[in-house]
Amino acid sequence: MADANNVLEVQEIHTFIGQFHILEGVTVTVSRGSITVLLGRNGAGKTTTLKSIMGLTPPSQGSIVLEGQSLMGRRSFTIAQMGVGYVPEHRAIFRDLTVRENLAIVQRKRDDLERRADFIFGLFPDLKRFYNLPGGNLSGGQQQMLAVARALVPENRLLLIDEPSEGLAPVIIESLIEAIRRLSAQTTVLLVEQNFRVASILADRYVIIDDGRSVVSGQMQDLVQDEALVQRYLGVA
Amino acid sequence: MQRTRGTYMLILTLTAGLLVFSFVTSAGDLGSFGTTLLSGLFLGALYFLVASGLSIIFGLMDILNFAQGAYFMIGAYVTYSLFHMDALKGIDVNLRFPLGVLAGTIIGGLLGAVLERGLLRPLYARPIFQLVLTFGVAIVFGEALKAIWGTEGYGWSTVTSFGIHQSQFEIFGRQFGSYRLFVVAVGVALIVLIGLLLQRTRIGIIIRAGVEDSEMVEALGINVRAVFTMVFTLGCAVAAFGGAIAAPFLGANLGMGNAFLLPAIAVVVLGGLGSYMGTAVGSFMVGLAVAVVARFASEFLNQTVWASITPMLLLILILLLRPSGLFGKESR
Ligand SMILES: Nc1ncnc2c1ncn2[C@@H]1O[C@H](COP(=O)(O)OP(=O)(O)O)[C@@H](O)[C@H]1O
Ligand SMILES: [Mg+2]
Repeated sequence: MADANNVLEVQEIHTFIGQFHILEGVTVTVSRGSITVLLGRNGAGKTTTLKSIMGLTPPSQGSIVLEGQSLMGRRSFTIAQMGVGYVPEHRAIFRDLTVRENLAIVQRKRDDLERRADFIFGLFPDLKRFYNLPGGNLSGGQQQMLAVARALVPENRLLLIDEPSEGLAPVIIESLIEAIRRLSAQTTVLLVEQNFRVASILADRYVIIDDGRSVVSGQMQDLVQDEALVQRYLGVA
Repeated sequence: MQRTRGTYMLILTLTAGLLVFSFVTSAGDLGSFGTTLLSGLFLGALYFLVASGLSIIFGLMDILNFAQGAYFMIGAYVTYSLFHMDALKGIDVNLRFPLGVLAGTIIGGLLGAVLERGLLRPLYARPIFQLVLTFGVAIVFGEALKAIWGTEGYGWSTVTSFGIHQSQFEIFGRQFGSYRLFVVAVGVALIVLIGLLLQRTRIGIIIRAGVEDSEMVEALGINVRAVFTMVFTLGCAVAAFGGAIAAPFLGANLGMGNAFLLPAIAVVVLGGLGSYMGTAVGSFMVGLAVAVVARFASEFLNQTVWASITPMLLLILILLLRPSGLFGKESR
């Protein structure tokens, strides 16, 4: 079961929020260098899966292993320090902090930002232009780019990205797709994406979550062909 | 931009109004007007020392720390008693005072750390419990001070005191205690210092980010609980420091906790929750308003209660004009 080729192995996790049993058995494996996408309807439990990995809604059962080390029972900041970058949904950047401060806060070593600046500004040139502006003054697309950039400052082993294309204009989505494709050459990615077209362009593998359970997984190219499956769980296509 | 300009106009109008009112009612007695002004700045500086911790702790941790006034008292009592302790009389007065202030500040900070670590930390999921708890702790501290120092208040005589406390300066033919000016200067220095800490240091960036979304800060790899402890400790230490430097002027008594906590709460709300700028500006506005009303009421109305309700009246007035406070976010 433990496969050295997998960066992340999530096995049968159960998560409660208050008294609500939100995840009732989610299994996800993410192999090194891949982009794996979590699909599923609104409220299926995709965000909760990412938050469970991140330790923000700690699972009560199951196992989560990052390159051989268990993440269960660890505090969120430790999980981040172990090399998991998190890009939350709704572009949760710090609006009162400048772009520079939004990036600097994530530094683990003094020169992280300096070392990664070329890579980050290569992906997102706008962030360099607005370096000293408060995050709240950026456009929606720029804020999303800042949220992704923030996760790139330290050298992470795995990036969790939650619905990056949500609410963005088509042309912005295209440049975001391009950026995620480029950054995935360096880092393994677990993506949540409601936009099926975006998911099918980016992802190598998929896992469908339905009603708090992972129900099907496989190669993205196979899913694209399987209209019945897509119709059943995603109600699109 | 529009909104910011309106805010500054409002601040200017209220401040100018208070000054003109005070000037007119002092009937040309510049000495009396000057005393009121100095007294307002003095109170403003002390309100800031209590309110700054209250404001930053509330912004970051969502705790309204009702014990903040008790820390102010602790600082005053510790400093008062060390300065007047027979065993320490051998130490020069000009050294004994700063040592007393240092001790009061450190003890306040330590008690702050104990409160956060021991009592508040287990309750982070339960804000109402925390509120009740800090209220209870305020009462316990008050009773402890009573048990140690008795119910009688202490006054600090200038006769055997240290240098600045004894010295006076003269304007408009009237003598003013230099010590009050010193407290104002210390208050302003702390506004700048804490402001620099928030704007220019890594921990400041973390605190400001945490005020927006502490869960996200944690998810980025920062031990937020450790930051909470640090901020809470500092907030209590600054309040204790306020009490410590207030002691030569106000002495030490059991009423001073609430006398400063309530205006400080008004300051934090009228300045705009979560805004450091609002807390700094609000402190001096409330200080000035209290001083102006206190003088007017004692001279013309023979009623001291007006001064104690002034912070709340100002709070109501400002919230009517600006529902989220002077510098508050619209959404809050
Ligand atoms: N804080 C919460 N309290 C109660 N229920 C929640 C909370 N957060 C999420 N849920 C519920 O958990 C389910 C999964 O939510 P989520 O993981 O956000 O779904 P998705 O990201 O797939 O749209 C939903 O039914 C949602 O209503
Ligand atoms: Mg979601």
